[in-house]
Amino acid sequence: MEKTTFNPITIRKDFPILNRKVNGNPLVYFDNAATSQTPQQVIDVIVDYYSNYNANIHRGVHALSQEATDKYEQARIKIQKHFNAAKPYEIIFTSGTTHSINLVANGFSSILKAGDELIVSAMEHHSNIVPWQMLCERTGAILKVIPMSEEGELLLDEYHKLLSGKTKLVFCNHVSNALGTVNPIKTIIDAAHEVGAAVLIDGAQAAPHIKADVQELDVDFYTVSAHKMCGPTGEGMLYGKEEWLNLLPPYQGGGEMIAEVTFAKTTYADLPHKFEAGTPNICGGIAFGAALDYMNAIGFEGIAAYENELLHYATEQLLTIEGLRIYGTSKSKTSVISFNIEGIHPYDMGSILDKLGIAVRTGHHCAQPIMDFYKIPGTVRASFSFYNTKDEVDVLVAGIKRAKAMLL
Amino acid sequence: MGIKEIQEEIVDEFSMFEDWMQRYEYMIELGKSLPLIDEKYKIDGNIIKGCQSKVWVHAELEGDKLVFTADSDAIITKGIIAILIRVFSNQKPQDIIDADTEFIDEIGLKEHLSPTRANGLVSMVKQLKMYAIAYQTQLN
Repeated sequence: MEKTTFNPITIRKDFPILNRKVNGNPLVYFDNAATSQTPQQVIDVIVDYYSNYNANIHRGVHALSQEATDKYEQARIKIQKHFNAAKPYEIIFTSGTTHSINLVANGFSSILKAGDELIVSAMEHHSNIVPWQMLCERTGAILKVIPMSEEGELLLDEYHKLLSGKTKLVFCNHVSNALGTVNPIKTIIDAAHEVGAAVLIDGAQAAPHIKADVQELDVDFYTVSAHKMCGPTGEGMLYGKEEWLNLLPPYQGGGEMIAEVTFAKTTYADLPHKFEAGTPNICGGIAFGAALDYMNAIGFEGIAAYENELLHYATEQLLTIEGLRIYGTSKSKTSVISFNIEGIHPYDMGSILDKLGIAVRTGHHCAQPIMDFYKIPGTVRASFSFYNTKDEVDVLVAGIKRAKAMLL
Repeated sequence: MGIKEIQEEIVDEFSMFEDWMQRYEYMIELGKSLPLIDEKYKIDGNIIKGCQSKVWVHAELEGDKLVFTADSDAIITKGIIAILIRVFSNQKPQDIIDADTEFIDEIGLKEHLSPTRANGLVSMVKQLKMYAIAYQTQLN
């Protein structure tokens, strides 16, 4: 039923920003993997919050505070249901994936000891590398890397060889931001559990395309950024299994996260508040819930099927351009195409496409190890969302041809 | 010619272009045609890392004037470098210190010299001025 009702032309009307012009041309927004655009339905929720019930949550006895608290906690339940977490308090509101990962990394600094091993994949965003390197510096733990193939797929045989009784943690993205590869996370999680290691999956790039079921995956931690899935920036979540969240110490101290404070000793609040010090991004949390409502109303099956169609169409069209090479050619990909044209620097390509009103990302995509692997300074990345169209792909292809003629 | 005069000359040249296409084509031509830096100076010590493109700068004092050479791995960046070199190279250090880069705005390339653009050019201009300050101290 979802497939038959899916209509990108109708959907586009929900996104006011898609009507604007850039440098005199209609905007073609293909930087969705960096941030997605926001539908009117979510914008309305943000406006409604500040217009009608803006108040601090969890403490006030007055009506506005109660309303804001109810909406905020309802959003937590929406997120819990969306990702199928067992308990609402296993969902911790954070400012996004980076915050979520740092929270877990910080917690593990009191658990790890020198010589313990952590395993990271070769295709991580810097946000899923650097916090762990910092953790290793603090604890003396050792970081090991799962290598990848030329196609941009993790070498699972090598992964299995890295696992041992010393392995305490494995972290990997569900989908690579630079290549679009969908990683076999269920296999990765199960293998890690066999040696008693915990697993954190960075779901930032997967969540806009794939509805992850954290219980079915049996993942220990899963992280998401709201702004990549039609929600606001500065908002996201950490899913953690209850037993892990109870084990980890609080990340930040402050209000909201305490049970009782005396100068002699402070006791911490229960989950999820233990990890939510200070006044949170209340409006952001509520809008995150609204974004999930919006995407679920369209339906993830329809979204995935349509985005896959766009991916294949765009791949086919781009490959007609002579000298164009796509980085990340796994059969299992989300709608992300990273490419270069022989002899053209990605910055030059991106600058000219921008003049044509086409927004792409250029550079190393905060994944320098991947660029080093391919021995390139960066790529041009076009990432498609369910509100993009094949006509826009044609505009991109024509733009690349024009830029190529200018640059070569 | 002083820095201000050269800048005015460049603004005049660019005023003949009708649209961004012509401006960019000119920049790309500049970028392609100019051998900007001796290979021996393209070393890590002279590199300015933008997030996206690399820029190399080398400075040498000739008499009382400072001569710059530079290069980039991106062609549009290189074109802008060619313009900046035309403006700032072979000038007295104090004049370089005092000069501004607002003409880049007037010739319609302001986005490339925006402090938020990750291409190494902003750091390059800063580096040119740092060299000028260093050599000015030496001259004093």
